[in-house]
Amino acid sequence: MLNTTFLNKQFKNPIVLASGILGVTGAGLANIIKIGAGGVTTKSISLEPREGHKNPVMMGNDHFFLNAVGLSNPGIENALPEIAKLRSLTDAPIIGSIFAGTAEEFGVVAEKICTGPIDFLEVDISCPNVGAEFGRPFAYSTEAVETITKIVKTKSTVPVIMKLSPNAWNIAEIAKAAESAGADAITAINTAAGMMIDIESRQPVLSNKVGGVSGPALFPIALKCVYDIYKAVKIPIIGTGGITTGRDGIAMIMAGATLLGVGSAMYYNKGTCFSKITAEMEEFMKAENITSLEEIRGTAH
Amino acid sequence: MLWIPDVDQKPFSISFDDGKTFGLTVFKRGPLTEKLFELNLGDRVGITGPFGTSYSIKPDYHYYMVAGGYGAAPLGNLAERINGAKIDFIVGARSHDLLLFEDRLKKIPNLNLHITTDDGSAGTKGRVTDVLEKLLENQNDDKRILVTCGPELMQTAVLALANKYDTKCEVSVERHMKCGFGVCGQCVVDDLGICTCMDGPVMSRTIANQIFELGKYHRDKTGNIIKF
Repeated sequence: MLNTTFLNKQFKNPIVLASGILGVTGAGLANIIKIGAGGVTTKSISLEPREGHKNPVMMGNDHFFLNAVGLSNPGIENALPEIAKLRSLTDAPIIGSIFAGTAEEFGVVAEKICTGPIDFLEVDISCPNVGAEFGRPFAYSTEAVETITKIVKTKSTVPVIMKLSPNAWNIAEIAKAAESAGADAITAINTAAGMMIDIESRQPVLSNKVGGVSGPALFPIALKCVYDIYKAVKIPIIGTGGITTGRDGIAMIMAGATLLGVGSAMYYNKGTCFSKITAEMEEFMKAENITSLEEIRGTAH
Repeated sequence: MLWIPDVDQKPFSISFDDGKTFGLTVFKRGPLTEKLFELNLGDRVGITGPFGTSYSIKPDYHYYMVAGGYGAAPLGNLAERINGAKIDFIVGARSHDLLLFEDRLKKIPNLNLHITTDDGSAGTKGRVTDVLEKLLENQNDDKRILVTCGPELMQTAVLALANKYDTKCEVSVERHMKCGFGVCGQCVVDDLGICTCMDGPVMSRTIANQIFELGKYHRDKTGNIIKF
């Protein structure tokens, strides 16, 4: 019922683990498949190792989750054995995520990660938490997105997915730019810039002070972005942002998403977060006599 | 987790708890703990948690508690909280001045204290596991459980004895933690892929035996593998 084809690859269900959550090791990612996701995205990987920001890097409440991990990762050379390990532990589709400081470096990391057993390449041009280090996120500029997409496409041996930011005022135009530059799909959206202040200490909670908002508060924003992008492009969309229930998932499909990125739900519902969403989606589909997600994709338009 | 704004936030085990107040045992070893030693009475820190699993409380069992260095902190608390259990508490340290809770442990009823030091400056010179094995050989209780906390190689040696003597065992697995609530993925262990912050730190013998990396390697802040 939930079987989904995305760029000619079969997913047992449309839920993919979003990048940045529990994606440090191959074994950790394989465990996500075991507990119900249809596919996984690795944590974003760079050319060199990065320690990321000091703690606290994450905090949440009932309404939203906030993080600024600072793109910690062991660097592409050390990440490749983890991806190989992941492949040895699961047959589910793997999305490798990368980021870099320049367009050329995106090309270098893309080429290297494609030597590993990934099925798709997600290009993170939109992390809001390292702005000071890398200048303005590339995700705000159609020119930058075109340039990066073209370079990555020449180096990648697997389909390329561009991950966009809701902090850009023109996300649909950015998606069009990515599509015209050759992107095979869009992930929308990354987190929205935000902050939490601890009122006892009178200080921001995160060591980076600002972070990315995800969780339930991000959902309506993500839904609107996916809706706008679906109208603007023909390539498939991984709808990501605040999905915690089956109803959220169904709504995201109706906005036009093919796959559903899920991450912060792990904070709200722990190990049951994926199976809860898929069970609720199936329950709704049965009640409404819907036999496949194809029937309802984009029907909100 | 203990937080000092603008410095850092790290996990600590609770070493004292009377239901009204609780205490942490802190070694000065990095920017956060150095800052902590500069604070004055009445200064505040941020506390979140408690997170993760804890040792089983089974008053009808004979406990063999094996603590190395700072591992005496959570086990001292456990020993005080188990009413009625027979306890052999083996505490080891590099030398006498680094030995924790000697006086505190001696006050606990039904507790036999065994001290080992690397240099012989207190108790028996040698390893905690040598003392443990002698006790396991010479005592034949029906219900016995080994609980341990301290350096990982010491804990894996305790786990090996638990396997050899087919005894219940709980170890405390320490990995670099960021969030503390099972989201960031920094503290997952091979090959189970479970988080030590939520599914640990205290893990049963069955689970610990499935952790391939135990006693072999851990990961740094980047996620890169560091061998023990």
